[in-house]
Amino acid sequence: MDTDELAQLDRRIVLATQAGLPLDARPYHWLASELGVDPGLLMDRLRLMLEEGRIRRIGVVPNHYRLGYSANGMSVWEVPDEDIGVIGRQVGELDIVSHCYHRPRRLPDWPYNLFAMVHGHSREEVCDKVEQIAQLLGDRVRRHDVLFSTRILKKTGLRIGG
Amino acid sequence: MDDLDRRIINRLQGEFPVCERPFQMVAERLDTTESELITRIRCMLDDGLLTRFGPLYNAEQMGGALSLCAMKVPEDRFDAVAEQVNSFPEVAHNYQRDHEMNMWFVLAAETAEQLDACLREIEEVTGIPVINLPRKEEYYVGLHFRV
Repeated sequence: MDTDELAQLDRRIVLATQAGLPLDARPYHWLASELGVDPGLLMDRLRLMLEEGRIRRIGVVPNHYRLGYSANGMSVWEVPDEDIGVIGRQVGELDIVSHCYHRPRRLPDWPYNLFAMVHGHSREEVCDKVEQIAQLLGDRVRRHDVLFSTRILKKTGLRIGG
Repeated sequence: MDDLDRRIINRLQGEFPVCERPFQMVAERLDTTESELITRIRCMLDDGLLTRFGPLYNAEQMGGALSLCAMKVPEDRFDAVAEQVNSFPEVAHNYQRDHEMNMWFVLAAETAEQLDACLREIEEVTGIPVINLPRKEEYYVGLHFRV
């Protein structure tokens, strides 16, 4: 297969697994036969996509509300741009943080450049965790806030390549 | 949810192997059988305890464009604006948050141009400025919940 054909195959793999992997003892063989390709080639493509980060991981996604993690707070931080790489990695390493991103400031409305999603069983727990982060960062933080979601207005999976 | 379900959830938020009999491989480590593991995953999906089993794609690495956007929506127009914003298929999720910036949504499009066009259209339809906060760098995406 040439590069174009492989790119086409990758796209078909993504589309075929949008709803997930088949719950079959040989899921990749099942998928390969659906797509009419060799199972070895299909598994190689998946391994490559994992290696390149196009696939973050293969596994389960739990419903965190059902697991008791009913409070999620988006903590936002204003930190010096020159330190953000170090601070971002430090915050991202904490096991209480599920996502951590550097985003642009939009002054005057939005001064915060670091976002860290913090999950907990209650708002109090989330606030405690945010305070722990604040203490860890000390005077490198100019100000911070935490935004709780009060309502899910829409939630659909990300559709890719469809 | 029993002890085996918990161990399955904890282990399978890590790596599910790419090989001929991946369930068998994981089952051995969890001290259960291949068929029991498959049945458990199916039950937890049906029950809504799991929302997905499979590859988790990184939309940006796949060539798509993604951004987090925020709006300051007047309270008395909130539901009407939510409906306008949600009507765009590019809006993947949308949350109300308790802040002056009270509407937060994720836009996903095939290209950056399409994303910008959608953003401008939302501003036009609602008459409210949209603050666009595309990610500049990612430090961690774990989404790992221990049970």
